[in-house]
Amino acid sequence: MIYFDNAATTLYKPQEVMDAVLTSMKSSGNAGRGVNEASLSASRVIYQAREALCDLFNGEDPRQIVFTMNSTHSLNMAMKGLLRTGDHVITTVLEHNSVLRPLYELEQEGIELTILPCDALGRIEYEEIPKEIKKNTKAIVTTHGSNLTGNLLDIHRIGGIAREYGITYIVDASQTAGVYPIDVKASNIDILCFTGHKGLLGPQGTGGMYVRGGLRLKPLLSGGTGVQTFSKEQPAEMPTHLEAGTLNGHGIAGLLAGVEYINKKGMSLIREKEMLLMKRFYEGIKEIEGITFYGDYDTEIRCPIVTFNYKDYDSGEVADELLERYGVVLRAGGHCAPLMHESFGTVEQGALRFSFSHMNEIEEVDKVIQGLKEMTTE
Amino acid sequence: MRKKELKLVVTFHTTADAMAMEKAAKDFGLKGRIIPVPRVISSGCGMSWTSDLLEKEQVLAVMEKAGIDVEELHEVLI
Repeated sequence: MIYFDNAATTLYKPQEVMDAVLTSMKSSGNAGRGVNEASLSASRVIYQAREALCDLFNGEDPRQIVFTMNSTHSLNMAMKGLLRTGDHVITTVLEHNSVLRPLYELEQEGIELTILPCDALGRIEYEEIPKEIKKNTKAIVTTHGSNLTGNLLDIHRIGGIAREYGITYIVDASQTAGVYPIDVKASNIDILCFTGHKGLLGPQGTGGMYVRGGLRLKPLLSGGTGVQTFSKEQPAEMPTHLEAGTLNGHGIAGLLAGVEYINKKGMSLIREKEMLLMKRFYEGIKEIEGITFYGDYDTEIRCPIVTFNYKDYDSGEVADELLERYGVVLRAGGHCAPLMHESFGTVEQGALRFSFSHMNEIEEVDKVIQGLKEMTTE
Repeated sequence: MRKKELKLVVTFHTTADAMAMEKAAKDFGLKGRIIPVPRVISSGCGMSWTSDLLEKEQVLAVMEKAGIDVEELHEVLI
């Protein structure tokens, strides 16, 4: 199998991540539910993971890192915890359904929504953002990197606009956390939502968010916390305010190991390898007649993703042939990005998305280039 | 049951604060340990930090340096 679906989840995890999960499963009790060594060891690992993630994103305080199941969970907590009837929100067509569906749901409850369009290459016009800001604009929600095209948004620039107008900025870093440096302070990001199982190389079922100190969100869940048991309300202090129920301690141990692996290996080295593979693949197939790419490939500041269609073939059909003949795993279809497909006119056809990991090899890329050349000349 | 001694006990709002305290204590060489919150202080569960009474100034200094909020500071027989 040649696995090129790393934008969905990274399949090849560092050995350290697997070891950390196993160790945790053998030794961790329930974090924050007692002071025996089993419980304390879980609490310590979780706190260490808060520190590591806070450092990674240059946050102010590890206690502002909240653990969740994934980005979808974090984004729901951010938007539903912040927005109230009458608020206005600005987002983009680049967004994944994890941003769009909660916003559509909130729209039914009386929030106003503005969705910025993109051009033919999937880029937004930043100058349009201030023009859309109104008196009741409460938040801007954008992805850092499109999961369909791999295009990056300039979150630093958008954060600057949000700060200028006193608006909360929520960023979906699903595709970029662990691959691109993110500085929540310098870029004026109020809430950063991330998942653990993609670029951070951790287990599925891990994720989280960084919430700027002083920003209050209404909790999505309330329940057991191991503290303030007889209070009828969820504790007001972070991170407990947003963490009800037993945390995924075993998974978080793996996530911590993933972050440590990235720090040790170097995020830039990881990214360079992924970009090398992406570029080699793009260059290798761009001359094939009948290919239409989606995204901006003139820039090297992008996610390691290449997305295209071949003539008017159903993307699922092409993906199936690639799997059957060459054992290539990629993603066809809509990629949970409905507005991007509407923009590109690919609702019916879907698209073929290849996404790379630094653990992929050049030879794998070359095999797929060769396969595509064979398929398209028959 | 062991004989009770008068000890310093600091309580926290969250488990994360307690973990920050344990780490800061280790970093600054402060003696003490995490214990369950004595129920004479609160029945709300959670973790607290205990040290000898003589360490009070040091405990407060470490917490200030580490930016940890004290929920309550007690002297209790435990």
